Amino acid sequence: MKARRLLAVSGKEFLHVRRDPRSLVLAIAIPVVLLLLFGYVLTLDVDRVPMAVWDRSRTPESRELVSRFEGSRYFQVAQRAEGYPEVEEALDRGQVLAALVIPEDFAGKVRSDRSSVVQLLLDAAEANTATIALGYAEAVVSGYSSDLEVRWAHAKGLQGIRPPIDVRSRVWFNTDLESRNFIIPGLISVIMMIIAALLTSLTVAREWEQGTMEQLIATPVTAPELILGKLLPYFVIGMMDLVVAVAMGKYLFHVPMRGSLPLLFGIAAVFLVGALSLGMLFSVSTRSQFPASQMAMAFTFLPSYLLSGFVFSIDSMPPVVRAITHLVPSRYFVKVIKGIYLKGVGLGTLAVDTAPLLVFGAGLLLAATRMFRKKLG
Amino acid sequence: MSGGISNGVPMDAIRMEGLARRFGDTSAVDGLTLSVERGEIFGLVGPDGAGKTTTMRLLAAILDPTGGDAWILGHSVRGDAAEVHQRIGYMSQRFGLYADLTVLENLHFYADLYGVPRRDRAARIDGLFAFSGLGPYRRRLAGNLSGGMKQKLGLSCALVHTPGVLLLDEPTSGVDPVSRRDFWRILHHLLGEGVTIFVSTAYLDEASLCRRVGLLHRGKLLAVGSPKEVRSLFRGTLLEIRCGDSRKAAEALRQLFPAADVGLFGDRVHLGARDLDLRAAAVEAALTAAAVPFDSVLPFPPSLEDAFVSVIGRDGGGTA
Repeated sequence: MKARRLLAVSGKEFLHVRRDPRSLVLAIAIPVVLLLLFGYVLTLDVDRVPMAVWDRSRTPESRELVSRFEGSRYFQVAQRAEGYPEVEEALDRGQVLAALVIPEDFAGKVRSDRSSVVQLLLDAAEANTATIALGYAEAVVSGYSSDLEVRWAHAKGLQGIRPPIDVRSRVWFNTDLESRNFIIPGLISVIMMIIAALLTSLTVAREWEQGTMEQLIATPVTAPELILGKLLPYFVIGMMDLVVAVAMGKYLFHVPMRGSLPLLFGIAAVFLVGALSLGMLFSVSTRSQFPASQMAMAFTFLPSYLLSGFVFSIDSMPPVVRAITHLVPSRYFVKVIKGIYLKGVGLGTLAVDTAPLLVFGAGLLLAATRMFRKKLG
Repeated sequence: MSGGISNGVPMDAIRMEGLARRFGDTSAVDGLTLSVERGEIFGLVGPDGAGKTTTMRLLAAILDPTGGDAWILGHSVRGDAAEVHQRIGYMSQRFGLYADLTVLENLHFYADLYGVPRRDRAARIDGLFAFSGLGPYRRRLAGNLSGGMKQKLGLSCALVHTPGVLLLDEPTSGVDPVSRRDFWRILHHLLGEGVTIFVSTAYLDEASLCRRVGLLHRGKLLAVGSPKEVRSLFRGTLLEIRCGDSRKAAEALRQLFPAADVGLFGDRVHLGARDLDLRAAAVEAALTAAAVPFDSVLPFPPSLEDAFVSVIGRDGGGTA
């Protein structure tokens, strides 16, 4: 393998990209647009859930419970209702997603230390939101309930009493529970995979289609020189995409970055080689731009979106699907990038997920090189 | 068989031994045996589909033979493709350079691929500009060059490493007559430098400029010799029919005249006319009857391809 021939191929490929505005748009603009779209639109946060309250008790105790809901960032009392028809209508119209009904005897039971029951009605048409809202509501109510218990005990002269079990949850890694903080890093991996595979899927096929390959294979250039030479410019573009994405995450979406940036770029480089080689493999084997780009899209978009753990948790997938995710390189990189961004972990912890990326990268690169033949037909 | 080596140096620049290539059931090239001497310019002539391009690709070691072998300066196209690629300059029939790169960028790219040392390069490229006249267009994108200039650039890229053997596949098809003449002047200049040239063509005047020509038909060499020898094989007069749908016209004429006399050359049909009473009028009537519109039916000076039609007709073979 001669460095000069490899660099000649790279230089030529750079000129193609520079002179073809469409490929530049594909390489730089699309990642930016995807990040903006997903970053702003795709939010899995549940906060300020609009709720209706029908307070039949109208006592200081019931008002305190309501104010605890109001005080929580997760709920917003949008409506005061008087009677079930009103509650039902608000839920039907979608004005509120939850309704709290406090019974008339609420205060009486609370004061006499008997159990009282409050009713929470949830619109579960959005099952995910309803489940999360239910959890928040239970937390608010149980918090108030245990406070009441302690107060009652104090009133009885039992000093120093504490609720028997006090759950003090602390959220680690994504302290604000901002879904954006894990969506943006995950998105970076999806974008790198798709764009990289798409760019290289066109490059060899285009030369076959335009007839320039026939001329090229009659020269001393070798398969590794040609494949690596063609990968190099797209590798640079892919790393530029990463820089842009990381910068947007930091300055536009304010995603905290806890780990090592060089480590992120290092492992991303390995991942990128795999993604570029995958596109190259399609380009080399089909020798035709359209099927190659279709294959690149099919084999990167859905797997890296659905099966990578980017949005949907791999642990909650059926065993068969979970097994398939092991063949999706994005799965490992999503874990790496989330680990670096949210947990700030080092290479020691990430080695388990970096090793498969190395295998994918080296394997696909070797496959693309082996598959390329300097012959027609 | 190692291509006739004498004192360790192969005597022949190109040597084919039963060279063959099949595509499925069809034999595109069917057992060619031929030697081309060093410093010779050899023309391969044949109509569309004769196997010219396949032969060129086999010699350039970019297509695997299904039978036989060929040696370029003693290196087998089967076993030593890398050695062959070092020693040849190849120009494909279709323009194979990068339209979005400039003249100079294309030249430098090929110079890098062939490992032309940087210190020799400026002189080499200046030399190429001197005969191609491309110097003033060095910063122009190759895609914006005229047909003739594109071919000269293709030739320059194939020559940038001073190859021993030049393989040119119909280098002047679709090029204006003035540029064609220029192009051939360049080729003859190269012969003076000791380059061996193997060129395929469909033009009589061009083949006549070769030292030897070979007539290729349906993958077989029918005759090899000097242009004069080959042309002498031809007899009779010739009509050239120009029309939009030449394929259909040829079909129609084959119904009426001996199929061997009808030759299809791109948008033209040639009809060998051994019968003296055969007139253009008869052809016109036949085409009108067959409802094939045509532009002109005129007597045409015989070309080598026509010689071929005649040779095939006499042999009564190859047309079955």
